[in-house]
Amino acid sequence: MATLTAESSTAPAKLGINRWDSPWLNGKLIAGLIIIVLIALLGVFGELFWDLRLARVGTSPQDLPPAFMPGGTWEHPLGTENSGRDMMAVLMVGAPRSLRIGLIAATIGMVVGVVLGCIAGFLGGTIDRIILIFSDAWITIPSLVVLITISAYVRQIQAETMAFLIAMFAWPGPTRLIRAQVLTLRERGYIRMARLSGANTFDVIFREMMPNMLPYIAASFTGNVSGAILASAGLEALGLGPTRIPTLGMTIYYANQASAVIRGMWWWWGLPILLLGLIFSSLFLIAIGLDEVANPRLRGLTKQ
Amino acid sequence: MTTLQTETNGAAPAAQTRQVVLNVNELRVHYNTTRGDVIAVNGISFQVYQGETIGLVGESGCGKTTTAMAILRLIQPPGRIVGGRIQLEDIDLAALNEKQLRAVRWRKLALIPQGAMNSLNPVMRIKNQLGDAITTHVGRMSKEALKQRILDLLNQVGLPARVYDMYPHELSGGMKQRVCVAMAIALNPPLIIADEPTSALDVVVQRVVAQTLMDVKQRLNVSMILIGHDMGLQAQLVDRLIVMYAGNIVEIAPVKKAFGTPLHPYTQLLIASIPSIKEKKPLKVTEGLTHDLRNPPPGCVFQLRCPFAREVCRAAKPPLKEYARDHLAACHIYDQPALFPDVQQPNLQEA
Amino acid sequence: MSVPIMEIRNATKIYSTGTIGSGKKVVALQDFNLTIDEKPATITTIAGESGSGKTTLANVVLGFITLTSGQIIYKGQDIATMNDQQRFEYRREVQAVFQDPYEVYNPFYRVKHIFELAIQRFKLSKSKSESRDMIEDALKVVGMRGEEVLEKYPHQLSGGQRQRMMVARAYMLKPRIIVADEPVSMVDASLRAMILDIMLHLRDDYGISFLYITHDLSTAYQIGNDIHVLYQGMVAEKGDTPKVIENPRHPYVQLLINSIPVPDPNVKWDTSLKLPSEEEMRASAKSGCRFYPRCPYRMDRCLQALPPLYDIEAEHQAACYLYDEEAQPAQAATQRQTQR
Repeated sequence: MATLTAESSTAPAKLGINRWDSPWLNGKLIAGLIIIVLIALLGVFGELFWDLRLARVGTSPQDLPPAFMPGGTWEHPLGTENSGRDMMAVLMVGAPRSLRIGLIAATIGMVVGVVLGCIAGFLGGTIDRIILIFSDAWITIPSLVVLITISAYVRQIQAETMAFLIAMFAWPGPTRLIRAQVLTLRERGYIRMARLSGANTFDVIFREMMPNMLPYIAASFTGNVSGAILASAGLEALGLGPTRIPTLGMTIYYANQASAVIRGMWWWWGLPILLLGLIFSSLFLIAIGLDEVANPRLRGLTKQ
Repeated sequence: MTTLQTETNGAAPAAQTRQVVLNVNELRVHYNTTRGDVIAVNGISFQVYQGETIGLVGESGCGKTTTAMAILRLIQPPGRIVGGRIQLEDIDLAALNEKQLRAVRWRKLALIPQGAMNSLNPVMRIKNQLGDAITTHVGRMSKEALKQRILDLLNQVGLPARVYDMYPHELSGGMKQRVCVAMAIALNPPLIIADEPTSALDVVVQRVVAQTLMDVKQRLNVSMILIGHDMGLQAQLVDRLIVMYAGNIVEIAPVKKAFGTPLHPYTQLLIASIPSIKEKKPLKVTEGLTHDLRNPPPGCVFQLRCPFAREVCRAAKPPLKEYARDHLAACHIYDQPALFPDVQQPNLQEA
Repeated sequence: MSVPIMEIRNATKIYSTGTIGSGKKVVALQDFNLTIDEKPATITTIAGESGSGKTTLANVVLGFITLTSGQIIYKGQDIATMNDQQRFEYRREVQAVFQDPYEVYNPFYRVKHIFELAIQRFKLSKSKSESRDMIEDALKVVGMRGEEVLEKYPHQLSGGQRQRMMVARAYMLKPRIIVADEPVSMVDASLRAMILDIMLHLRDDYGISFLYITHDLSTAYQIGNDIHVLYQGMVAEKGDTPKVIENPRHPYVQLLINSIPVPDPNVKWDTSLKLPSEEEMRASAKSGCRFYPRCPYRMDRCLQALPPLYDIEAEHQAACYLYDEEAQPAQAATQRQTQR
């Protein structure tokens, strides 16, 4: 009998999957994801396409414009800057690195936020109040000032250190978001039902609540990634970032130091900014795509 | 204004002229979904006469609220009115543009929405909410006249004058609901549509609000469409009953006939499944599901649940026909009685 | 001699509202007593309007909130002092069906999740096929077939299907008591009968008792054994359901039953019945009978202390001084009765 039901149940099951999965095939979400994944892959497989050692100082001729400009060469298609780095290599090394800082910082912030938010929303009472007051107070600290101060003291800053520093200010937002979500979900009928089915707190949070919070968590995460990249690029552009390896922000800093704007070397400062813009846009696309997935009203589907 | 001479058949009282306030003709509303159109209202026609209360009943999803929203031209995408005419007095509602509609709503056609009491603005005093509703449609009027009008309205729905200066949160659910009734009658519309106006209220309060509604209606001699699923309330309040099933009207009957000699098997089921407080009776359990509204089967809409369904029901859709004075049903049992020799025909000429 | 399976003794729940120290207290439930016998299984109705405390009672019995004072004794053990093992057993044996048949399904999972979670957590089966059989078995009781519904998502089922599956889930756990919190108030009329019928079936054939929590006296009248009518946290009247509903004695219960719209157009409401203004109806007396502000028969005595439950007849009690035989004959109310 078991086999019989299993067989006959495949048809409706397929139907269910198809219908459920369709909202995830969201154009904005997919477009954003593709760009971000491509940039991330550059960090892993970039070596196969281009000699990334050219990102080091003095490996190329200085001040070459991009290939299509007079004086440009296809040896260095995006030109070079004044200390002899190849821009193509710089961008291919820098963009994934900037993205990585953002991802690390946002992940740490998110994990802390999820843990604290769940604790606060679930346990309530005094613990909830302490966490809430602490995160509210933390939000009011002007993060850039603190980051500048710390970065100025720490010499030889690493990309990871940078990420940790930024993560320090990336957790209160998610904490409040998750707490609010837990508070509303806690009263849902299916949470009560799960308790009547003998579910423990772990089950309730991770099996019942988490799937329903995922779209919110993911949307908040992408927002945090852009925030962290922006913060790190800002610090780097002020010259407070890692100095040895190029990141997008650091490149802007060097370009600025060398008066690239006045010298008309637009490829030096313009390309990193363009790339940052691309990253932000695709993260934004992911965020609104996820919003449409999570909120059926935005995608114009009716219930049932 | 249109007048309609009702057909009289011998036994019925002398010919009588009734003014038609609302005439809905072949109204059809579809909802777009990813898997095809849901036919929410499938070409329904009915009239509402001057001063009468029409009850619109049926299960959730049968199209009763959609019908009301279509009359108000408040269907939101993905829904749309596909066809039909909606004539309110001498206005063709279906042909109006958004600006003209705004002028007609409230003044000609008022709505008491489901859970209306939650639609009051929590940060506005009652006087301002009522005042705004009046001035936006009537135009500016003197402060004194406006106040007098509002107080008069509150009085009409049985609320004390001090409600004038109060905020919604200071009122109980029943009082808020009566403020909504006051808003609906503020401009003396010829037609009020009330969508489950008492559904969230306690039994005792429900009775107070329902009685207020009826008192007001009678005093102003307006027509009303009362949407609801509580058959007890319908029995108490309405003059005629329209029974809907899966987007179609299956029966229209004066309320006493609807409860006394229901014709359509669905109406019979609806009446039989009302839990009584007067007598203990065995529960009447019916099986069966409504068909998928995206592709209705040919024939009668009720065939999947009907205890009398047979071949003709699966082949042809029964027409909505008048079988006794004012008593219409869409069922083959009465249209083609020869095919149903085993089903007893009710005595239709009875009072 | 019947053995009680559950006893609720002087259950009281007081909520403090406002900020700490403002001391505003709301009595949600006061001195509530109820006994459910081991055998035979019964359907006990807890009836009342909003604010009557019926939902508080359901939540207390289900262990979602704790009592301010009083006890709930299950199989001789106070649920507040149960050990883990006993609590686990209590969880399984006291189940629930809720009002909203959509809200109780996690939209993320297929509907079979509600069955599988319970089977897993209560360790009811050893193998996949065994649990599959259990689910099919439970669904059969409510007249459904697993292959048609289990793999679907909640929004793909009708309200009636969802609610029947909830009943099936409760039944599958072989509970002794099911708390049914307004189980039919959101389902359509034709399906209402089906759910109520399943409840009767479970009571009579499977020995499951119900705590039927509702605002709808007519369905209680159709299926209930005993009824407790609550008003603002207090029992106004209790007893055998037909006795209470056919012959209500507490002025509140009389008003309540009188206000139910009769589904017969020939029996119209007597519009002469006047109701006090709503502010009065909302306000409750600070001491004494809660119904005092609305009561047509109020006496000075009603303000002094809460009326206890007086015996009207066998299995029928009302908390009203009108029935204190030592004080005065309860003429007014009986007269009213005959008029009705």
